[in-house]
Formats: sequence, structure tokens, C-alpha cells
Amino acid sequence: MNPSFSANPLTDLHQLLAYPFMVNALQAGTIVAVIAALVGWFVVLRRESFVCHTLSVMSFPGASGAALVGLPLASGYFVFAVGGALAIAFGSRVRARRSLAQESAVVGTVGAVALALGYLFLSLYGGILESLETLLFGSFVGITRGQVQTLLIVAIVAAAVLAAVGRPLFYASVDERAARADGVPVRALSVVFLILLALAVAAIAQIVGVLLTFALLVAPAATAQLLTTRLRLSLALAVALAVAETWAALTVSYFTNVAMGFAVTTIALAIYACARGARKLRG
Amino acid sequence: MFALPFVRNALLAGSLIAVASGLLGYFIVLRAQVFAGDALSHVAFTGALAAAAVGVDLRVGLFAATLAVALLFAALGDRARADDVTIGVVFAWILGLGVLFLDLFNASSSGGSGIIGARTLFGSIFGLSTAQATLAAAIAVGLIAVTLAIARPLLFASLDPGVAIARGVPARLLGSVFLVLVAADAAEATQAVGALLLLGLLAAPAGAAHRLTASPYVGMALSAGLALASVWIGIALSYRIAPLPPSSAIVLVAGGFYLFAFAARPLRRSGVLRWMR
Repeated sequence: MNPSFSANPLTDLHQLLAYPFMVNALQAGTIVAVIAALVGWFVVLRRESFVCHTLSVMSFPGASGAALVGLPLASGYFVFAVGGALAIAFGSRVRARRSLAQESAVVGTVGAVALALGYLFLSLYGGILESLETLLFGSFVGITRGQVQTLLIVAIVAAAVLAAVGRPLFYASVDERAARADGVPVRALSVVFLILLALAVAAIAQIVGVLLTFALLVAPAATAQLLTTRLRLSLALAVALAVAETWAALTVSYFTNVAMGFAVTTIALAIYACARGARKLRG
Repeated sequence: MFALPFVRNALLAGSLIAVASGLLGYFIVLRAQVFAGDALSHVAFTGALAAAAVGVDLRVGLFAATLAVALLFAALGDRARADDVTIGVVFAWILGLGVLFLDLFNASSSGGSGIIGARTLFGSIFGLSTAQATLAAAIAVGLIAVTLAIARPLLFASLDPGVAIARGVPARLLGSVFLVLVAADAAEATQAVGALLLLGLLAAPAGAAHRLTASPYVGMALSAGLALASVWIGIALSYRIAPLPPSSAIVLVAGGFYLFAFAARPLRRSGVLRWMR
């Protein structure tokens, strides 16, 4: 059967759900979108997109390293992501103070070294270039039930941790000095958040690919924060946008064969640009 | 080792690209713009794939894409510094575009895309022809010259933009010129270490230099020197050890220098490295 888009939404939905791989992809995509939006909301608030990008890059050495030693790929993703988070957390302070210049240098170096290691592992492994592309840009065709379940567990853990530290984390992100003066453990919170981000990114990168994880983490949250300053509303909006963007991208790429990565990033950028335009017009 | 033409080409292009990246990297770290540098290096990937899909020289695509995005960042940002979120969103889309071109290229020719993809992402310094290496070296010399020419005002504008503007330094223009230089360097270095690993040459030597010295001119020289040493040691290592790809070797050596810079402070305090000031 060759799926073809029609004017009747019911037929389209029926076609979308005709294959089990698509059902898995939609479920996984939805879970990914929810975690990405929740964690990404704090990433945008803390201006940590670069860290977020670097952590998603960690899954490349993770996957190729795991392939080299013969472990399941997912374990490599998590080990490297958490390792990278710790390296960044401890490397980016100069005498216990946050230094923007050093932070950006550390984050960049950690990313480049991780990629260099990944490339080395790949060449030791024997270099299969086909899987390199899938690794970097993701594939929603081969998602299994097991992966969906793992994702769900990661999502629940991430949501629980965020619910527990959300309030102080918000305080520390918005006004670090005041929070510190009030006795909020700013440093510990930032480490906890980095580790949480690493876990989320490792889970997401398995679906969307190493290089594009970022589109789902940053764009919906940035759009939501542009549109409203009310906390709960903008969190909810970020989640709704991320889920809608993922569904739209999956649908588009199912019917037209355009790569999922291109569809999701284009939709996310278009909505972000509209939000920026709307804000300019409103003044 | 030096008798082989491909090693000589690699050393010629690699050395000059390293010095250019080290110098520019010093300012990138100073201005906390590593993310913009990273984004530009990934743009190089999309540019190369676009060129491959259309069927023109890869280098045309590299330079066109990185320069266009550098100007876009300069236009979007305040004082020619695009903010974190804008870079992130634009950059994700450009990578998405890269995927599209990769698909188009796959459809238009059978096979080979994997090789172009891997080459662009991870570089192939041993694959440069003499003509390519000479051109890359010439462009790198140009980049070094321009960077040194604007070093003084750029340093001023980076350290204290407010005072610099008040003194009549065109900080915005300098910021844009700087981004264009980084873009050209990204297109250059993609040929040597690849789009994904370029950051190793931009951020690691410069980060180490910033940690080791506070003096700007010593820092610039140190950063360029460390980048150069990384390329030489990296090339030598990968020549000796067969499965070690040259770009991985270069970046790992650069990362090692940075790690050493971290260790240097406690070591100096304990008196082991008393010679360092």
C-alpha cells in the first residue's frame, strides 16, 4: 500500500495507523515531545542551549562505543551523556564562579572531544556509514515496543524529578544571586539539572537523532516563552507545541517521504518565526 | 613520513588552518561565542551537501553557506551577537536542511553519499590534493592577516563594548567582520578536521590559553601555538597508528592540552610548575 494524502482526515488517520511501526513512532514521538518540552523549557530559561546541543552530541560516542564493546546502544547513550554532563558541570567554574567564556570553551571542547572519540570508535568498529547517518539524524521507522517502554520510564522519572526540584530550580535560574542568598543550593541544582538534561537528551536522541534532538528541546519552549510570561501557561503551551509539531512532522514525512528531521525542524522554525513576528507586531 | 606528498599537503594546509583557528578561537572564547562557531561549523556540513546535491565544487557550497549564516547571525543579534536561543533554532533547521540534501543526493546518485557525508563531517586531511592544500593555505594566511589587523580594536570591543563604542570603535561592524572571519575559517577547517570536529581546534587551544595567561597577546600566541602543536602531533600520531583517524587524533591532542591547563593551576600552586607565571 502506498500512502496518499486525501482531503478526508478520517482516511488519513486510518492510513497513518495502518502499520504497527507508525503506531510505535507516534507513541514514542509523543513521549519524546513531552519530555523535550518540559526539560527544554528550563534549558531556554537558563540559556543553556549550547550545553543541550553538546549533551545530545554525546550519544554519538555513546552509540559507537557501545557497538564496539558489544553492549546495547542505549546503555552507551546514557553513560556518555551523564559523563559529559558531569565534565561540563565541573569544568565550567573558575574558582567556584560561573565564567561565561570558560563555560563556552569547556562545553565546546567536551563536544568536540566526544565526537572525535565517536569517530575513533567507529573506525575501530569497522565504520558502517549507513548506520552513521541514522545515528546522527535519527529514524522513526525502526522503533520497537521495548524502546517505547524505556522512553516512558525515562519520561516518568524526568517529570518526577522536575516536579520535585522545579520550584527552587526556577528561582535559581531566574535570579541566581537572590536564590543563593535565600539558601537555595544553586550549585547542586545546576548539577542535578544537567544530569536530568543528559538523561532526557539520551532518550530523545535515539528517536530524533543526535544532531536534531535540539529542535524539539529548544524551539517549542522558546516559542512558548515568547508568547506568554505566565509560568504554568507557557509550560503547558511548550508541551502542546512540541506534541503538535512532532505529530505534524511524522504525518508529513509519512505521506511525502521527506526526512523526519527536516520536517520537524522546518515546522519548529516556522512556528518560532511566527511567534517572533507576532511579538514584534504587538510591540 | 615527510617524503610522502599527501603528508606534506596535510601539514601545509593543517598548520596554517591551525594558526588561523587558534587566533580566531582566542576571540571566540573571549566573546563567549563558541556556540556561534559550533553552529557555523555545522552549517558547513549543510553547505557541502547542498553543493554535492547540485553537483558543484564542495568548497563553493562550504563558503557560501557559512558566510550567509554568519551574516544572518550578525543581522539577528544585538551588537552582532545572536543570542543562544536564536542560534539554536536556526541551527537546528539548517541541520534539518542538511538531511534533506543528503536525501536528495542519495536519490540523484547511487551510493557515495555516505562517503561525502562522512568526509564533510569528519574531514579528510590526508585526502587533500596539492592544489587544494595550496588554496586552503593561501586563504588561511589571508584570515590570519585580517585577524591580526583588527586584533587591537576587536580586543577592546570584546572586553568592554560600552567604553569601546563611546571611544568611537565600530563594535557592531567589528562583530560582523569577526563572524565572517569565523565563517571562512569554518569552511576552511571543514576540509581538514571536518565540520563536527572543528570546534576542537577553535575552542580547546583557546580555552587552555585563557586559563594559562591573562595577557591577551601572549594568550593569542599561545592559542595559535597549541592549535599548531595539536595538528602536528595529531598528524604524526595518526600516521604511526593505523586505525586512528587524523581528525580524531588532532582533536584529542587539543583536548589533552585543555585538560593540562586545568591541572596546571593546582600544580603551579603546589610548586611543581614554578616556571609558569
